[in-house]
Amino acid sequence: MKLDPKIPSGPLQQKWERYRLEMKLVNPANKRKFDVIVVGSGLAGASAAASLAELGYNVKCFCFHDSPRRAHSIAAQGGINAAKNYQNDGDSIYRLFYDTIKGGDFRAREANVYRLAQVSVNIIDQCVAQGVPFAREYGGALANRSFGGAQVSRTFYARGQTGQQLLIGAYQALQRQVGLGRCQMLPMTEMLDLVVIDGQARGIVTRNLATGEIASHAADAVVLATGGYGNVFYLSTNAKTCNVTATFRAFKRGAAFANPCYTQIHPTCIPVSGDYQSKLTLMSESLRNDGRVWVPKSKEDTRPPNQIPEADRDYYLERKYPSYGNLAPRDIASRAAKEVCDEGRGVGPGGKGVYLDFAHAIGRLGEKEIRERYGNLFEMYERITGEDGYKTPMRIYPAVHYTMGGTWVDYNLMSTLDGLFVIGEANFSDHGANRLGASALMQGLADGYFVLPNTLGNYFASSKQSKISHSHSEFRKTEDEVKARLQRLLSIRGRRTVNSFHRELGKLMWDKCGMARNEKGLSEALQRIPALRQEFWENVNVLGEGGELNQSLEHAGRLADFLEFAELLCLDALTRAESCGGHFREEFQTEDGEALRSDERFAFVSAWEYQGPDTRPVLHKEPLVYEEVKMTQRSYK
Amino acid sequence: MNVTLRVWRQKNSKTPGRFVEYQAKNIIPDMSFLEMLDVVNEDLIARGEEPIAFDSDCREGICGKCSAVVNGVPHGGHRGTTVCQLHMRHFKDGDRIVIEPWRATAFPVIKDLVVDRSAFDRIIQASGFISVSTGQAPEANSISIPRVVAERAMDAAACIGCGACVAACKNASAMLFVAAKNAHLGLLPQGQAERYRRAFTLVKAMDEAGFGSCTNTNSCEAVCPKEISVEFIARLNRDYAVALLRGSGREAASSAD
Ligand SMILES: Cc1cc2nc3c(=O)[nH]c(=O)nc-3n(C[C@H](O)[C@H](O)[C@H](O)COP(=O)(O)OP(=O)(O)OC[C@H]3O[C@@H](n4cnc5c(N)ncnc54)[C@H](O)[C@@H]3O)c2cc1C
Ligand code: FES
Repeated sequence: MKLDPKIPSGPLQQKWERYRLEMKLVNPANKRKFDVIVVGSGLAGASAAASLAELGYNVKCFCFHDSPRRAHSIAAQGGINAAKNYQNDGDSIYRLFYDTIKGGDFRAREANVYRLAQVSVNIIDQCVAQGVPFAREYGGALANRSFGGAQVSRTFYARGQTGQQLLIGAYQALQRQVGLGRCQMLPMTEMLDLVVIDGQARGIVTRNLATGEIASHAADAVVLATGGYGNVFYLSTNAKTCNVTATFRAFKRGAAFANPCYTQIHPTCIPVSGDYQSKLTLMSESLRNDGRVWVPKSKEDTRPPNQIPEADRDYYLERKYPSYGNLAPRDIASRAAKEVCDEGRGVGPGGKGVYLDFAHAIGRLGEKEIRERYGNLFEMYERITGEDGYKTPMRIYPAVHYTMGGTWVDYNLMSTLDGLFVIGEANFSDHGANRLGASALMQGLADGYFVLPNTLGNYFASSKQSKISHSHSEFRKTEDEVKARLQRLLSIRGRRTVNSFHRELGKLMWDKCGMARNEKGLSEALQRIPALRQEFWENVNVLGEGGELNQSLEHAGRLADFLEFAELLCLDALTRAESCGGHFREEFQTEDGEALRSDERFAFVSAWEYQGPDTRPVLHKEPLVYEEVKMTQRSYK
Repeated sequence: MNVTLRVWRQKNSKTPGRFVEYQAKNIIPDMSFLEMLDVVNEDLIARGEEPIAFDSDCREGICGKCSAVVNGVPHGGHRGTTVCQLHMRHFKDGDRIVIEPWRATAFPVIKDLVVDRSAFDRIIQASGFISVSTGQAPEANSISIPRVVAERAMDAAACIGCGACVAACKNASAMLFVAAKNAHLGLLPQGQAERYRRAFTLVKAMDEAGFGSCTNTNSCEAVCPKEISVEFIARLNRDYAVALLRGSGREAASSAD
């Protein structure tokens, strides 16, 4: 396998423009001769499917949800970044680029990130034109807020429902194409495998979740926009059904998987309250604009928060990172919270929490203003915890939130498999070892609206695809494999539920491969995962039939993939003997406990190639060459 | 605490359903309603019985996937709360809780509590959008929108498409859903060009999808987890009337695009 990132030549600032000029185009009349499969209807998938259908391609879009509008993107709260510099506070494309590279701890590809910053401005234009009701100033101009890892105010938002509004915009654009007959939408249809013919991705095999029907779909290119794999930890802020199946199936069919160990733990989530817990809820990072994070100075201090005087409080983020304060990047804020809790100064049940306090902001701005800014978040907090965040500080704790790793893609967003493109959270491309807040929405829409529609055309115009139909024998073969696997899951009839296995896997991953990792723990996880996997295949109990809606069967299939993928994640974490961004190896830290990178040994992207069942995958390295910025030790002090 | 559940079980759309009683034991008040159902399901599987199929995904009240009528009220009757955000602290030890799917002709049951809501997608396909393709947008701040207008549009745009409004309506009308979309897009300057045509086409698509008509009982507003106001229905009626007057209806009906 050869990793060629295909970065265009020329100065960083001109790469994308020049490359677009050089691209080959598909003649408008010919576009409808190309069939494109888009799997996923989140921000990345919906924006791509809509834009490709508008261009005239023959698009089929799939999602396992009952409607494309329910993709996990809907849950994004805080906002979307763009280098508009509407606040006149010194922002620019270059600054957004630099913040993103630095935020990613110098583990992202320069050219991709620069392009992302460039198209960020078009995204806002597009969304406004579609009717996304972004927050406004009284004068009618667009409003902005600040997010972690930046000293400028460049985040656009729609109350605490930015993802919802952006997704509704993309969903409506997609539905318009469906109504016009230019795109076929197949909801409740889950991709269970990728079909590769003569080295090219040529289609997928799906299961209709309502009827159980297994079907094949052929195309000239396949696009995966299937989101992240955070649920390998069981508890995360992701929606319950988020999973790794599509990209992991692609991995098994030859698409290299990059940087699986780069996982993001979000600092501001509602703490776990019991064993029955089914998911964790994020409190948007935007809260850190006005909320101050603290714990008592002394671990013996058990007074209620309102009775602890200022002098006995430790605003540890402000103390340790005076220039960024409460807006330190996520990885740093999360580890700092873990540190104070490990010292025994955590608050709430089990000592696994820190305060997020709005008393000062309410004093400064009034409760009304805070209510206007974050009302729905406060309501959500109260609904879940039964506590009133206006009166008593919220309690928060870090939780798994986002995955920077994903399918390896080149500058064209094509994987190592010819004809397989991967966009949105599913790919590894732009966030390096840590994603900054409000940048995932930006990346998903950049990929879908502005990058893929260009690069896919170039692919069609410059390579040869023979026409293949879904009656090709490779489709039959893959269908048979898919059916056999489902049948196997249904026939075990063991003694444990799917959920109990998922919970156990999640706990193992959180303990051994969570916020802090070390060689011993990772080696132990690598021993225990195969054993758990074996037990799963012998002892899981999936009731019901395959020919109708069967939620346990769906879950079992996804978990089976997580049980293999978890091993890849731990292997990557073990191999990367350095700390960077969200990947913190306890053995590699500076004297004051910050992540210690090793640029000499690890300035590369890890891309893993599948070698067959129970065989160690092979590591390929894409060196990270920085032409524009200098790699420095990240400092937010 | 312990509660008794009466749950609607239905194998598929073709088989008739019935209520089955289950005991939910050792329920902790901090559990969400769906976590309580998770626990019941784990129990059922252990006993070799098929778990209750129910919809959920984000469990944060935003994706609109969860849908259950609890004691006769869609989402359980707590102001501004989806059933995934309903917590067991609102119930008492010994309570009997009846759980049913959304019931409407346009939302056929797929299994147990899971219904098919694709009719909503078909309404949006008809005209729930602003016709602008990628790349056609002007600079964002060239469109100035007063804050109050943007906020009002956002109030309508907050709809999560869950269908509780339909489930609550004795006519199974989708009027609140349609009105919210009509107001979201029709309040904004970007949405003016297609405003009346959109109103006309949305209502037509709603009728075709098999939803009933609105007789202003306002039960939709009462159960809407996003507290979307019935005032938007009045707005839709006005836009629709203008469409008829201007003949936009005819234009809409005859043009495919
Ligand atoms: C609670 C929360 C808040 C967030 N807030 C922010 C924020 O404020 N700003 C920000 O920038 N980012 C935020 N993020 C991150 C951001 O929301 C996600 O990274 C982003 O939305 C992912 O979009 P996507 O299109 O790549 O994938 P998704 O939205 O996850 O969509 C995946 C799609 O793929 C489909 N799919 C998956 N697998 C299959 C399969 N096998 N077969 C068929 N279909 C399949 C699904 O049905 C779905 O349609 C947040 C994330 C969370 C969890
Ligand atoms: S599960 Fe998403 S709104 Fe209830």
